[in-house]
Amino acid sequence: MFAFVNSDGTVRDRLPVTLEEMKSLYADMVEARTYDTKSMAMQRQGRLATYAPFHGQEAAQIGAAAALSEGDWVAGTYRDAALNWRAGYSWRLLILGRTGDERGGEVPDDVNILPPSITVGGHMIHAVGLAWAEKLNGSHRIALTSFGDGATSEGDFHEAMNFAAVYQTPTVFLCQNNGYAISYPTWEQTKSETIAAKAGAYGMPGVRVDGNDVVAVLVAVREAADRARRGEGPSLIEAVTYRVGPHTTADDPTRYRDDEEAESWAGRDPLLRVRLLLEKAGGWDETWQSELESTSSDVIEEAVEWAERVPEPTREEMLSRMFAPEDG
Amino acid sequence: MTDVNLAQALNGALDTALGSDDRVVLLGEDIGRTGGVFRITDDLQAKYGDDRVFDTPVAESGIVGAAFGMAVAGMRPVAEIQFMGFSYPAYDQVINHVARIRNRSNHRFTSPLVIRIPYGGGIGAAEHHSESMETIYAHIPGLKVVVPSTPYDARGLLLAAIEDPDPVVFLEPIRLYRAVKEEIPEIYYTVDIGPVKVESEGDDVTLISWGAMMKETRAAARQMRDRGISVEVVDVRTLVPLDRSGIVRSVEKTGRAVIVHEAPLTGGFGAEIAATIQENCLYTLLAPVERVAGDDTVFPLKRSESHYLPSVERIVASAEKTLEN
Repeated sequence: MFAFVNSDGTVRDRLPVTLEEMKSLYADMVEARTYDTKSMAMQRQGRLATYAPFHGQEAAQIGAAAALSEGDWVAGTYRDAALNWRAGYSWRLLILGRTGDERGGEVPDDVNILPPSITVGGHMIHAVGLAWAEKLNGSHRIALTSFGDGATSEGDFHEAMNFAAVYQTPTVFLCQNNGYAISYPTWEQTKSETIAAKAGAYGMPGVRVDGNDVVAVLVAVREAADRARRGEGPSLIEAVTYRVGPHTTADDPTRYRDDEEAESWAGRDPLLRVRLLLEKAGGWDETWQSELESTSSDVIEEAVEWAERVPEPTREEMLSRMFAPEDG
Repeated sequence: MTDVNLAQALNGALDTALGSDDRVVLLGEDIGRTGGVFRITDDLQAKYGDDRVFDTPVAESGIVGAAFGMAVAGMRPVAEIQFMGFSYPAYDQVINHVARIRNRSNHRFTSPLVIRIPYGGGIGAAEHHSESMETIYAHIPGLKVVVPSTPYDARGLLLAAIEDPDPVVFLEPIRLYRAVKEEIPEIYYTVDIGPVKVESEGDDVTLISWGAMMKETRAAARQMRDRGISVEVVDVRTLVPLDRSGIVRSVEKTGRAVIVHEAPLTGGFGAEIAATIQENCLYTLLAPVERVAGDDTVFPLKRSESHYLPSVERIVASAEKTLEN
């Protein structure tokens, strides 16, 4: 498995990122976790609709987004808030969406991130069509689609992978293998040795990376993105990670897994290892940590307050979204 | 002007669209080298290249999903599904994404694509090749559903569908592909998506139909006219958006309505039209609204097709029933 940073913060190989970049990735992961923690709390308070936490998957999402360039397309799911945010989707709009408001999907014109897909498989092929259009238009934009291990069981996964390979579209398939499709463990739902191995059948490269190692994910996605931009077609990246929380706020994981399993993953936390690494390199201290946490908290609080101040949608607005507004 | 059948009119419309708008691309199974199972895309790949007209793997969900992505990124894809029965694997894409992205993103992202689907029976095809399930598309908010029945409308409506800023399911009556011919202009023109067409005016009874059944409906109208009955024929042309006032106007005038469709009766689009008439014409109606439709059965194979398909005789009988009042 492709990895740079071990769970104890030691490094396997020469790091391809600077200390400053490492600090920035860490800060982003702290901000993302703050959002996730607050979102869980807000859902319990009845301020958010159902929420799907990404706790434990911060490295997979921040690392992947950090590898993208401006204008690149992102088609992810309900669990990809950290990915979407790091790629350019504001916390404000993400939170507005999760309060149960379609206006949360209205990203600015220069942000090419599709609103989170709630169905788990249908959006993968969208990243093929998006990338295909960019290729036909001769642009250098690529499209990244993010999905879970469960989505690889959908027929749509096959069609998307096949189309991408057949037309050599600049698409990056990022599978966050977090161990479960709600309650169904990865090892039960496929007899492939790994999810990355499935890529071979489609004639594209597949790589398995430690999804809790932000550097490994960043490097793997960057390589795939570069390859796509060079016209060398799609790739599949399997980021092996773990969903520490429930599937959603409506789920009860104690029905299908024991606490020890989740606890064993706490030692493999994606934030902790970077913190240990930075500490050794003299790039982390308690003061900075408190600053990060307090700034993140302020940013998320502000976004929540903003979303809650957005006026209630009118019936007319609901009715007006089906078709293009009538021309003058 | 050129004398063409409906299939040739569609081919010409696609040719015109490819020639006039670089954003237009075609994708579907066997549409390139062979020109499609019905030859609607004949010669277009040779003319515009394999980077405008794509043969695709046999994967309808993939075709529609990829076309959706292309449309979101600013292109104007026209996807072909070979037969209506093969459109169902793509139904998830249509209902969950194609029809919804405008709503999901509050107008930020749109999917201006056209999904062309040959539909209807009467050609003795294999199972799944003869369906008339227009209602399952008309029921999806966010989709437009168009069904031409003449070469002129086929060209104009298809060009309008490609121009349209929203997704359009474009249903092509297989039985009429080569059964109707007329002179149409070769210039770029569109027919508005929406308005019904009053094909022929009359005072005694309105026959309302669309797509493939227009042939039998026209024949029934001719028979009745020969017997001195004044028949108005309305071609609905667009199921969504439905021109309710156009239908109401005609029925208010004649006081009698017969709705003809090939799809199964129960839950068929005729029910929506009948409800519209009931809501608006109750006091001018001279007889109950009649529906002549397919049976509530699976579309039968060749040897039973004539049992299923609404016939000219059935249409005439239903119209005569309304005239008893």
